[in-house]
Amino acid sequence: MENNYTPVKEDFRFLPRRDSVDDARFASTDYWKNVARQFAKDKFALLGAALIVFVIVFAIFAPLLSFYEYDEIVAITDATGAEVVAKSLSPQFAGGTTGYFSDKTFLFGTDDMGRDLWTRTWHGARVSLLIAFVAILIDMIIGMSYGLISGYFGGVCDNLMQRFIEIIGCIPTLVIISVLAIFMTKGIGLVIAALLITEWIGMSKIARAECLKLKEREYVLASRTLGAGNFHIMFKQILPNIVGPVITQVMFSIPVAIFTEAFLSFVGVGIVLPQCSVGSLIEAGFNNITILPYQIMPPIFVLAFLMLGFNLVGDGLRRALSPKIGDV
Amino acid sequence: MAKYITKRILMSVVTLFIIIFTLFVLVRIMPGDPFPVERMTAEMIELKRIELGLDRPIPIQFADYMARLLQGDLGNGTSLYNGAPIMPIILVCMENSFKIGVMSILFGSGVGLMMGIAAALNRGKFIDRFCTICSILGVCVPSYVFMIFLQYFFAYKIPFFPYFFDPSNFFFSAIMPAVSLSLISIATVARFTRNEMLEVLDSDYVKLAKSRGLYGFKLIRKHVLRNALIPVVTVIAPLVVDLLTGAMVMEKIYGVNGLGKLMVDAIAGEGIDYNYVLALSILFSSLYIGIMLILDILYVIIDPRIRLTAKEKV
Repeated sequence: MENNYTPVKEDFRFLPRRDSVDDARFASTDYWKNVARQFAKDKFALLGAALIVFVIVFAIFAPLLSFYEYDEIVAITDATGAEVVAKSLSPQFAGGTTGYFSDKTFLFGTDDMGRDLWTRTWHGARVSLLIAFVAILIDMIIGMSYGLISGYFGGVCDNLMQRFIEIIGCIPTLVIISVLAIFMTKGIGLVIAALLITEWIGMSKIARAECLKLKEREYVLASRTLGAGNFHIMFKQILPNIVGPVITQVMFSIPVAIFTEAFLSFVGVGIVLPQCSVGSLIEAGFNNITILPYQIMPPIFVLAFLMLGFNLVGDGLRRALSPKIGDV
Repeated sequence: MAKYITKRILMSVVTLFIIIFTLFVLVRIMPGDPFPVERMTAEMIELKRIELGLDRPIPIQFADYMARLLQGDLGNGTSLYNGAPIMPIILVCMENSFKIGVMSILFGSGVGLMMGIAAALNRGKFIDRFCTICSILGVCVPSYVFMIFLQYFFAYKIPFFPYFFDPSNFFFSAIMPAVSLSLISIATVARFTRNEMLEVLDSDYVKLAKSRGLYGFKLIRKHVLRNALIPVVTVIAPLVVDLLTGAMVMEKIYGVNGLGKLMVDAIAGEGIDYNYVLALSILFSSLYIGIMLILDILYVIIDPRIRLTAKEKV
C-alpha cells in the first residue's frame, strides 16, 4: 500500500544536455576574469592588497589633512618672549599631557627637531612609494623591451645582449651605488638611478624566457604570413601575452625597490633632510632608540606593511596566473 | 668538465678586467677635483697631482695601476684626505668583516637547513607552520629591522650582550652581529630546503626506496638530502652577496670597523675618497665574481646531471 504512488508530471524536470551547458560556460570565461576570481579567493593575497591600499590611502591623504607640514618645526612663543620648540614629545592627543603643547595633537609624537612624526611618517611613505613606482615602471619598460628584442631575434644579437647582461649582473649593487655617488648628488635622483641600473635585469630575463616560448606559436606564424613586421609581432602580438609574468615580477620588484631606498637612506646616501622617506625616518629613530624608542616604531611598521603587502600580492598573483585543472 | 671550468674561469677573469677598467676610467674622468680643494692652494693641488701621477695620460695611469694591483697592492697608494696608506686599513676591516660574515653564514645555513628539514619531515604539523611563518616574516620584513630590535632587546633592555662590537673581546661581541646578519639566510635557506625536501620526498625513487624497506635516518641521508641540497647551494650564492649589503647596515648598527663601514665613510662622508671607492669596489667585485665562480664549479661537481650535459655541450 505504501508504494502505491503514481508519479505525476510535476515530479520531473526537464534538463538540457549537460555537456553543452558546461562547454558554454567555460568558453565564455575570460582569462583575466578567471585570474581575478582566483585572486579574490586567495585570503593572503587579499590581506596583502588591503595592507597596500591602507598605506597608500594614508600616504595620499594624511599629509593633506594634517595640521602641520612635514618639514615644519612646531614652536610657540611663551610669556617671556622666548621660543619653545616641541622637541621629542611622546605620542599624545590634544589635552593629553601638561606643558606648552598640551592642546596640540601629535599622534606619533615629534622628532628631536620638533617636527610632527605623523605627518613625516606618511610623507615618507609617499616618497618611498613614489621612488619605487617610478623606478620600477621605467625598469619594466626597459627590461621588457630588452628581453623581447633579445629573445625574438635570437642568434648573434641574443648572444651579445646576454653577455652584456652577464657583465652588468656581475657588478655588485654596492659598487654601482658608490660609483653613482661620485657622479651624482645625494637624494631621490641617486636612489632612482641605482634602482634603474640594477632592477631591469630580472625583468628582461623573464620577458626573454616568455618570448622564446611564444615566438614558435602558430598565431605568430599566422601574423607573419599575413605580412606583419618584426616589431608589430613583438609588441602587438607577443607583449600582451607576457603581461602576466611581468606584472608578477613587478610586484616582487617593488618591495625590493622600497627596501633598497630604505637601505640607502639608512646608511646615509639616500634622502637628504628635511626631505624624508621611510628609510631616513628609521635612521633618525635608530639614532635615538635607547632614549626615545617611540620614534622608530611608525616608519618600521609602514615599511613592514609595504614589504609584506607586496610580497603577498605577488605570491597571490603568481598562483592566480598559473591556473591548475583542480581550481576551475 | 675541465674544459667547462676553464671556460668559466676565463669568462670571470675577462669580466673582472672589464669591470676594473670601467671603474678606473669612471673615477678618472669624473668632474671636479679629488682633493679637499677648500683647504689647499693651487700650487699644492698641482704638486699633489704630480706626486700621485694624475697628470699623465689615462692609459699609462691604468697600466701602472694594474701592475700594482697584480702585485697585490689593492689600495694602490694612499688616502686622498689624510695621506695614510690604504692597504693596512683595508686588511684590518677585511678581517673583522670576514670573521663575522663566515660566522653568520655558518650559523644561518646550519639553522636554516635544520629548520627546513624539520618542517619537511613534519609536514602540516606545528613545526611546519612555525617555519613557514618565520620564513615569510624573514623574507618580508627587512633584516635591519630585526637587527635594530635584537640590539634593543638583548643588548639594551636585557644587557647580556655588549651593545657595540669590540675586537678585543671578539667572539662574545660578534655573536649578536653574526646572528642578526644570519636571519635572512635562515629564512631563505629554510624555505628552500623545505620545498626541495618535499619535492624529493614525493618522488618515485624515494617511494621505491621506502618500498624496499629503507626507512629513517638512512633513507633521509642517502636518498633525500643529497638530492634536495643541490638547489640549496644555489640559494647560498646570492645570500653571500646579500651579506655584503646587509653587512653595511649591520656594521653601522653595531659599530663594527668593517668593509661596509669603510665604503659608507668613503662615499657618504664629507667628501668622496676616490682611492678608497676604487679599491673597495674592485675588492667587492672580485669577491662577488669569485663566489659565483666557486659556486658554479661546486654545482657541477655536486650534480652529476649537469656534468653530463656540460660535457655534451662543450
